[in-house]
Amino acid sequence: MKVTAKDVESVAILSRLELKETDMEKYTKHLNAFLEYADVMTSLNTDGVKPTDHVLPLQNVFREDVVKPSLDRELALSNAPQREDGYFKVPKILED
Amino acid sequence: MSYETVIGLEIHSELKTNTKIFCGCATTFGAEQNTNVCPVCLGLPGVLPVINKRVVEFAIKAGIALNCKINNFSKFDRKNYYYPDLPKNFQTSQFDLPIAEFGYVDIEVDGKVKRIRITRIHMEEDAGKLVHSGTTIKDSATSNVDYNRTGVPLIEIVSEPDISSPAEARAYMEKVKSVLEYLDVSNCKMEEGNLRADVNVSLRKVGATELGTKAEMKNLNSFKMIENALAYEIERQEEILDDGGHIVQETRTWDDAKGITLSMRTKEAAQDYRYLPEPDLLPIITTDEEIEEYRRGLPELPDARKERFMEKFDLSSYDALVLTTSRQMADYFDAAVRNGADAKLVANWIMGDLSKHLNSENKDISESLVTAENLAAMVTLISKGTISSKIAKTVFEQMWKTGDDPEKIVKEKGLVQITDTKAIEEIVDAVIAANPKPVEDYKGGNAKSIGFLVGQVMKQSKGKANPGLVNELLKGKLDA
Repeated sequence: MKVTAKDVESVAILSRLELKETDMEKYTKHLNAFLEYADVMTSLNTDGVKPTDHVLPLQNVFREDVVKPSLDRELALSNAPQREDGYFKVPKILED
Repeated sequence: MSYETVIGLEIHSELKTNTKIFCGCATTFGAEQNTNVCPVCLGLPGVLPVINKRVVEFAIKAGIALNCKINNFSKFDRKNYYYPDLPKNFQTSQFDLPIAEFGYVDIEVDGKVKRIRITRIHMEEDAGKLVHSGTTIKDSATSNVDYNRTGVPLIEIVSEPDISSPAEARAYMEKVKSVLEYLDVSNCKMEEGNLRADVNVSLRKVGATELGTKAEMKNLNSFKMIENALAYEIERQEEILDDGGHIVQETRTWDDAKGITLSMRTKEAAQDYRYLPEPDLLPIITTDEEIEEYRRGLPELPDARKERFMEKFDLSSYDALVLTTSRQMADYFDAAVRNGADAKLVANWIMGDLSKHLNSENKDISESLVTAENLAAMVTLISKGTISSKIAKTVFEQMWKTGDDPEKIVKEKGLVQITDTKAIEEIVDAVIAANPKPVEDYKGGNAKSIGFLVGQVMKQSKGKANPGLVNELLKGKLDA
């Protein structure tokens, strides 16, 4: 096993996910399956193969530095659960 | 116990572009909250960012000017963390293949030159602005977010831990600011947050090779703040180590009003940014030819300009440094000298009266009513002997207030220096007659008392007599 329940717990914390105790075993198994599959790929001989930097064969796609209209503020805020004076309003950020 | 201070800086500089790094929203400072936002910078699902070409150009220019190697292949990555000023829950930044690496700048502190290495320069997006409902983040039940700044282009310039004192940290920051100003890639207005630094500091016993545990202070946006925060933090760590304690690796905030650093004491687990390649942005390829072309297009930079001022105008290293730190000031000096004024005199006036006035009114040289041309004209009046240096101060005051041409001021106020021997001779005779005691002293061998007599003549001529001539005439008469 590459991944322990402890790893899954810490990944869940980093991702702000709440996992039920009963699901731990399931997710640990899933994550292990991913990594084991990665092992299969690692076992291939890739000598002389250029690393893939991007899945598309494109590079240097830029835009000119020209201002485009922004969203109307009402529209920008329309999905916000809470708002105040044209701001997005968020709950407490740091614990005491 | 004596310790060695080890400091590293991460300087964030907003770039002077019209639009954000990945979308066409304007970057205007001070716009009404959440009016420069769009689906891309708000991180709405399904949007596609596209790199602003000018951001890459500016980052490459900064890289070359800071003596870095420009990477032919560079890409963006996602840096994952949760904070409400970051709507996507990741910051688009660069991880393993930044645009520039392995640079350096030379700084000068107390006349000593030191090289500070630059680890890397990468491009990234700025985060939004939080307005807390309470006085601090911790005592606020809610906070408000303005995403106008989200997506404003930044370069982050990371130094090696080569800095050994608060003064060196300041000199390093000043040097980087100066280079960015010369390149005209950033507004560098620290009070608007265009330029800010995260500062890392640790102590180790003198002679130790291993680094001590460091503390970090984020978002310091004035030179004074950097120096003060570092000075405080060094003392704090010294006390802990002297007492046999251990430094906790943490982020501390600098409370500028109280002049202390405070622990953020977050209950967060250790940061793990889980960088991953940004699939929505394509790699940036820059050829050696393109890099060369950028290099050729760079303006004269502060170091080169300082050298030129020293060689061509015979200025001291210190004077040349002061004049070239700000590009505007160096341009002003060059313009004045081009107008035919004596370089050393111009330098003295810029660093003396002009700087004094600028500082006391908190103005930029570009806001000075005294133009380079007018300062040159005034200095030429001194060189020609039309006015004395003393009168020049009065003329300068007037120029500072009105922006008038010095010749006009001199004419209108009748400040032309009296070089007419006869007119001065009359005053000299009167002064000798009115001051028998100092005259006796001088004749009795006290050479110093002539100073008093010169002063009297100058006073009676309202400063307009040529001091050299006064001296000469007085001596001639007293020694006879």
